[in-house]
Amino acid sequence: MIIKTFFSGFGGQGVLMMGISLANSAMNKGYHVTYLPAYGAEMRGGTANCTVAIGDEEIASPVSSEPDYLIVMNSPSLFTFQNKITSDGTIFLNSSIINDRPKRQDVKVVCVPCADIALELGNSRVANIIMMGAFIKVSDIVTSEIYLKCLETIMGSRKKALAEINRKAFAAGYDYVKA
Amino acid sequence: MNKVLMSGNFVIGEAAIRAGCRFYAGYPITPQNELTEYMAEHIRNAEGGVFIQSESEIAAINMIAGASAAGIRVMTSSSSPGISLKQEGISSMAACELPGIIVNIMRGGPGLGNIRPSQGDYFQATRGGGHGDYRTIVLAPASGQELADLTMDAFDLADKYRTPVMILADGMMGQMMEPVIFKKPKPRHYNEKFMLRGAGDGKSKFIRGLLLDPIDSEEHNWKLFRKYEIIKKNEPRFEEHRIADAEAVIVAYGTAARIAKGAIKRLREHNLKLGLFRPISLWPFPEMQLRSLAAQVKKFIVFEMSTGQMLEDVRLALQGYADVEFHGRPGGAVPTPAELANVISKICDKRD
Repeated sequence: MIIKTFFSGFGGQGVLMMGISLANSAMNKGYHVTYLPAYGAEMRGGTANCTVAIGDEEIASPVSSEPDYLIVMNSPSLFTFQNKITSDGTIFLNSSIINDRPKRQDVKVVCVPCADIALELGNSRVANIIMMGAFIKVSDIVTSEIYLKCLETIMGSRKKALAEINRKAFAAGYDYVKA
Repeated sequence: MNKVLMSGNFVIGEAAIRAGCRFYAGYPITPQNELTEYMAEHIRNAEGGVFIQSESEIAAINMIAGASAAGIRVMTSSSSPGISLKQEGISSMAACELPGIIVNIMRGGPGLGNIRPSQGDYFQATRGGGHGDYRTIVLAPASGQELADLTMDAFDLADKYRTPVMILADGMMGQMMEPVIFKKPKPRHYNEKFMLRGAGDGKSKFIRGLLLDPIDSEEHNWKLFRKYEIIKKNEPRFEEHRIADAEAVIVAYGTAARIAKGAIKRLREHNLKLGLFRPISLWPFPEMQLRSLAAQVKKFIVFEMSTGQMLEDVRLALQGYADVEFHGRPGGAVPTPAELANVISKICDKRD
């Protein structure tokens, strides 16, 4: 089994962080994993994307031809990357700021208004973790326990307040979608 | 030691410090900045560790040459245009038989090119981009784990043969994160007589690359040549992947080899029996090992993220014993495994 997930959005939305946290939790579950960011002369507001490959066998190529999951956090990413995803794949989209829907009929679409939920929680920056809550529930690659533990390790123990809001954000996304 | 998820640039830095690197000089350039950043942060935690952000790439290579002459384990790093600037220093280190590690996280070229992953520096690395009759050992890792292992091995090789060693990776290797376990480095064996630390009561020591007497200079060149012959005999490294029943073999290194493995997996699902030959040491090129494969396989397909540089070494190794085809994506373009699989299957379909 090899599962490839493609995260995309604006720089500043925590797109790379989503990939890093998924890669770390998959590694902690014992999977082979690669995390490949698109790097460039970009800044906040520019484009950001990364590919995470997870497998129970050696991962040949960290580059993905047709990812199984596509997470889009903004409209330009939806237009650019919707043709990349494999048939029967799942697109997770940030429906708070993306008004369009994928043109393709052969993929599942999960809409999560993560920016709105984040505002309800009082911190617009946790939209990415809300999306991860939805993604972890639907994809079922790792358990939420493993993911949250990993997230805490990555964020560092100094930021206790962050751990709390992240936990809430994750739960909100997790509860929003059906498995 | 637990597995850690680290970007390739960080892995090189950590492996170097663990291997005993205590002097690093470098000048920023994408996509290897994180390596310089890592060294700035971490080398000072090691006893005697010195980090210098030099005023230029040229200064950096000469700084490590100086520290190496004093007997310290040294490293510098850059990306393609910066490596071009270091060539005079590398040639000088080869002449003076100074061990040292030069990391090249390749980007698109020629000129300033772009900052995307590329493999256009193969000739420069393997032929010795500087002047004079010299060679550098060139290691080409293709995974996070190999970045760690080969960085440590590079220091041992540099000391053993008293020669600069280049680690040739690309932007993708530098930026990608993979789980890594750091092995225990071997203890260092480096004779004190090569370290310029004051003569004490003994004879004065000197290290030089300027030999005005042509006969002395010729002898020095032959001495280096004999050393390179020993390296050629002892140090070729390579990996064979799904070779046993292969009817055609892809030859690729580094990132390109990873993409090729993905393509092979796809093509085998369509009953195309493909294998991979991956040189790990680019110089010395695993020439004999590749040639012996030609007894079994008659079609080789070289894939590089360049217009075809290693291709020449493959042709030289195979000496016409097998057909050699080529596919390349230069200038910072990285194909997907699906794209490569398409190209390869077309090549295999072609009737001779």
